[in-house]
Amino acid sequence: MKKSLICVACPLGCPIEIEMENGEVISVTGNTCKRGDAYARTEITNPMRSLTTSVKVEGGVHPVVPVKSSAPIPKGKMFECMGVINQTSVKAPVKIGDVVIENILGLGVDIVATNCDSGK
Amino acid sequence: MKFDVAVIGAGVVGSLITRELSKYDIKIALLERHNDCAMGATKANSAIVHAGFDAKPGSLKAKLNVRGVELMKRFCKELNVPLQNNGALVVAFSEEEMPHLDELLRRGEANGVPELKVVGRDELRAMEPNIGETAVGALVAPTSSIVCPYELTIAGVENAVTNGAEFIRNCAVEKIEHKDGEFVLSTTQGEITAKYVINAAGVHSGKIASLIGDDSIEIVVRHGDYYLLDKSQGSLVSHTIFQCPTKMGKGVLVSPTVDGNLIVGPSAEDIDNGDDVATTTVGLDKIYTNAIKSVPAVSLRNAITSFSGNRAHPTSDDFIIGPSAVNKNFINAAGIESPGLSSAPAIAEMVECIMLELTGGLEKKSDYNPVRPEPVRFRHMSTEERAKLIEENKAYGRIVCRCETITEGEIIDAIHAPAGARDVDGVKRRTRAGMGRCQGGFCGSKVVEILARELGVPMNEITKFGGESKIMYHKTK
Amino acid sequence: MFDYDLVVVGGGPAGMAAALKAREEGVEKIVILERAETLGGILEQCIHTGFGLHYFGEELSGPEYAGRFIEQVEATDIDVYTDTMVLNISEDNVVTAVNNSEGLMQFKAIAVVLAMGCRERPRGALSIAGSRPAGIMTAGTAQKYVNIDGYMPGKKVVILGSGDIGLIMARRMTLEGAEVKVVCELMSYSGGLQRNIVQCLDDFGIPLRLSCTVVKTHGKDRLEGVTIANVDERLQPIPGTEEYIECDTLLLSVGLIPENELSKDVGVELDRVTNGPVVDEYRETLQPGIFACGNVLQVHDLVDYVTEESQIAGKGAADYIFGKKKGGTYINTKGVDGVRYIVPQRVNIEGKENLKLYFRVGQVFKGAKVVVECDGNILSSRKKVKLAPGEMENVTITPEMLENMTKDSEIIVRIEQ
Repeated sequence: MKKSLICVACPLGCPIEIEMENGEVISVTGNTCKRGDAYARTEITNPMRSLTTSVKVEGGVHPVVPVKSSAPIPKGKMFECMGVINQTSVKAPVKIGDVVIENILGLGVDIVATNCDSGK
Repeated sequence: MKFDVAVIGAGVVGSLITRELSKYDIKIALLERHNDCAMGATKANSAIVHAGFDAKPGSLKAKLNVRGVELMKRFCKELNVPLQNNGALVVAFSEEEMPHLDELLRRGEANGVPELKVVGRDELRAMEPNIGETAVGALVAPTSSIVCPYELTIAGVENAVTNGAEFIRNCAVEKIEHKDGEFVLSTTQGEITAKYVINAAGVHSGKIASLIGDDSIEIVVRHGDYYLLDKSQGSLVSHTIFQCPTKMGKGVLVSPTVDGNLIVGPSAEDIDNGDDVATTTVGLDKIYTNAIKSVPAVSLRNAITSFSGNRAHPTSDDFIIGPSAVNKNFINAAGIESPGLSSAPAIAEMVECIMLELTGGLEKKSDYNPVRPEPVRFRHMSTEERAKLIEENKAYGRIVCRCETITEGEIIDAIHAPAGARDVDGVKRRTRAGMGRCQGGFCGSKVVEILARELGVPMNEITKFGGESKIMYHKTK
Repeated sequence: MFDYDLVVVGGGPAGMAAALKAREEGVEKIVILERAETLGGILEQCIHTGFGLHYFGEELSGPEYAGRFIEQVEATDIDVYTDTMVLNISEDNVVTAVNNSEGLMQFKAIAVVLAMGCRERPRGALSIAGSRPAGIMTAGTAQKYVNIDGYMPGKKVVILGSGDIGLIMARRMTLEGAEVKVVCELMSYSGGLQRNIVQCLDDFGIPLRLSCTVVKTHGKDRLEGVTIANVDERLQPIPGTEEYIECDTLLLSVGLIPENELSKDVGVELDRVTNGPVVDEYRETLQPGIFACGNVLQVHDLVDYVTEESQIAGKGAADYIFGKKKGGTYINTKGVDGVRYIVPQRVNIEGKENLKLYFRVGQVFKGAKVVVECDGNILSSRKKVKLAPGEMENVTITPEMLENMTKDSEIIVRIEQ
């Protein structure tokens, strides 16, 4: 089975063809660099995404503070993670890097604050 | 709610009528179906106080226009509204059009318009160096002026309210009955009774009159699109530049505004729905094509917004002002199209006279104050004035709209003024916050925040211009 | 009147980097004047990641990238006034500013760095016909509502413009529960990064319609729908291709304009293409002692380059303050054959260091050569796999290249296919 995708490892945007058999990658063609090969393999078998959003903050200058996943999470888990994050709130003061949710959905990834809020 | 007089429609006409009547010891209500005044044709027209050469001699339009020009000076002075006497030119673009200018000159003189003259090519170019190549001459009307129509209206309502009139928003009149010598108005704000009703409902004035069975008023909705250009273009011309009029109106004009922008428009198209103020591609194209004939340097690259307004064109072709034949206590001030803004002070004066006649005289209030205090206009102040102002009130030290240099203090003033702003567009029209080149991109959310705080409501209840025009929905978290 | 060596107008990434560099070079009295309540500029609302790959070698969110500079500024004695708006700059470099705690203030400066950033092009500049209900806003305004104020500005969304801000907002709105119906792009290509097309649109099944624009807006109070249409090669809507899309929100991501009102007031000459000041290789404008950097100078796609450019301006301002930046012989740079503009526009041929000319192309080129020449001599020629308008490019000019130039020379950058 052949699958195609456009590489996003850099702005070049190479069209990549991936040959698959029984869920295994047989070959990757069309890429111009190693990063393209690596990207294609992950993207086709287990696509990962960084998640950025915001979380409610109590007693903050602003009502929300931005957060990100400390590492990429499986693409298919984004909305499930959003659900958990939307149920969470933190108390001001918040600092950059504060862990807001530890090991979200057991994925081994934390949700951490990406801005500070010194509180009112 | 019981009143002596109910004025329907808070456009420039209703506003100034209410203000003129507020000098008498009577209870007046100004009913407006929108969330603010100046929401119809008043907020979207050419903003010109016409000299008065255009209207047919002997018509109400001619009489009230010329009288309006006279009165406008006093009104603007009392209400502290900037009025700029920049003069107008009607430009002929071919020798064939030149006789048309003579015709306008004769008409103007018959109407009593002072100082009119026709100039040739060279003199015209000396007056307006950016005029189009093909221009061969122009009628010069030195008494023509520019004014901000919604600012005049807002100031009028504010002054009327200060003098005791009541401004009732979101109040659409649905039914009118006449019982025991009184009108009973069923409105979206409940029942309102009044001995006299003044119909200043603009494009809807025909419908309002028919509520009492007066079907004599036939209004055609004439739609016009406009472009507003950046302040950097405001000095392309100094006069208001007209082309020769057609039967659809005065044609496309190019004019500076009192705030230093350049206005270009309108198109003219008759439509069915008086509430449809969507601009059209055809209309916008047409005004651009016509505008560059007058002033080739007009470039849409510098457009900051486009908008459109609906003028109430009466099929009778003249203003309809006076007691209704159905009930003399119902006074029409209807079919007010151009030169409606120019005539508005004179229409107010005329309706005042009619009221005095109908009532057999009214007693003046002892404490009537014709002056609307000048709002703080930080952008026009010197450094010393600014420093002093901020010392008195820190809110004037915080600039909210950076394009127009509008302070938080001015926005707070606009919200708490008599008949003050309730929505983002209301703040915009009162203060100019969001009126500049970024069109509220930066300050829009700040204005929402200030409105919510000052009115004591959550941010997502603030609207752009009332009704369902909400800016935000629910909280994200 | 406060006396400063350097006044920096704007406390975003550009202003902070320029101030920090000037401090590093030994400038003592520096003040940053920032309009918003905090330092950081527009990065504060750009909560997505993708910042800092070049400069820090790691992928940061906007607030994190800004945070690193804010921390550095706070560790110095650089004065910072936030919530403070600059009203004007006089010809003798007196900066008048205002806020609601100190009132009107005047800062006398030896040098000024302009770092006011840019603003989004509003709807008015587009002449889209139709009504003007609530629900039509720039993508950046929506971004502020969602990320800072915590409110949703819409539920069913159409986005016009596929630059990175438009793409990022498509994902952001979707993650927060909105339905993004389509992203329309007037051009035949997206100005955004391929990565953003994949991760912001494809991931969520949001269609990208190229050569397509919004021709009309509908709705009385709140937006009820838009009419979109395909456009021809002249970018004019093609009759008969109109399609109505029901939505309550239209986000516009149709270009950024450097905010040069202050610059114009003080008489700084602007480049007609960049809409930013004309500068030399130290980012000094034609007004002596006034420097410019970041998005006020040219719209950047990467903040990393903003930082780089602002450090150059900070160094230039320091040299100026110490009297080290003297005269010289300046020649012009010029972009032709597909090169839309070059920054800097002027170069001192007596310069003794390598310098970079930044430029943008006007269309997509594949396998083309970037050629630099002067007085008919080719100075460099480099083949590029791909050149796109959305990505800023640069070429290096060495002191050796400058050696043979005269006051009448002109450095030309062109694309050769």
